[in-house]
Amino acid sequence: MARVVVDVMPKPEILDVQGQAVTRALGRIGVAGVAEVRQGKHFELDVDDAIDDATLHRIAGELLANPVIEDWVVTRK
Amino acid sequence: MRIGVVTFPGTLDDVDAARAVRYAGAEPVALWHADHDLQGVDAVVVPGGFSYGDYLRAGAIASLAPIMAEVKAGAGRGLPVLGICNGFQILCEAGLLPGALVRNSGLHFICRDQRLRVESTATAWTGAADAGQEILVPLKSGEGRFVADAETVARLEGEGRVTFRYLGGNPNGALADIAGVSSADGRVVGLMPHPEHAIDPLTGPSDDGLVLFTSVLGAAVGG
Repeated sequence: MARVVVDVMPKPEILDVQGQAVTRALGRIGVAGVAEVRQGKHFELDVDDAIDDATLHRIAGELLANPVIEDWVVTRK
Repeated sequence: MRIGVVTFPGTLDDVDAARAVRYAGAEPVALWHADHDLQGVDAVVVPGGFSYGDYLRAGAIASLAPIMAEVKAGAGRGLPVLGICNGFQILCEAGLLPGALVRNSGLHFICRDQRLRVESTATAWTGAADAGQEILVPLKSGEGRFVADAETVARLEGEGRVTFRYLGGNPNGALADIAGVSSADGRVVGLMPHPEHAIDPLTGPSDDGLVLFTSVLGAAVGG
């Protein structure tokens, strides 16, 4: 088995309102100087060694991320 | 005419959708998410709610349910399909409609009666409406902001596939005030507001929503 990490982020052109809300909240805990926060999703998969990269990208592109609004990065640990 | 109404775990508005189908003069047929059988229905409504708890993304897991394979195949044959709210999200996730629905720009869950303009009567679900007709139906959603890339939006506008537009202010930041869109052949329509909650002035703000359900009666006969 191998640990695979898939990180999914909203595309740069998509207004990330959740990230903006977090950015604003930083001021309320007394932190200045953070210009922008963008919020994404982090998936950890334990996969059989036989699963190839093409399959991992299919998992990411067909289920974990919506390619209309999100980009993803697949990393084998 | 028999119109299927799909229920997923977490669907809330299937009962009202079935009631709207009955008010329009058709027979509602209950379809279950785990089944592989459309039971020979003449059209399908994918109603609102929070299918599978909206885990992953709103509508994402429901778009892969067994019944959706049948709905997709049916749509390919020209079967009229209407997605309302979560149903719209599901149809976008399933690739039956373009774009995606994301978190409202104001971050608030919006619940109010919303005026819409019927921008196209060239669909299976708006054929009985007047061009440019205004309707008043409830809107209740937290992830109702329609987005798509600029090229897709230009294509939708150019091909007359923006079916409904918000009037009186954009409630959620949707691109170009888009409240609902259709497939290229006009058989599949999705919208965020809820026409099935506005079919009788006793229980809704109007009976304006009924026109979607009466439209499909004519569409099925004609198609």
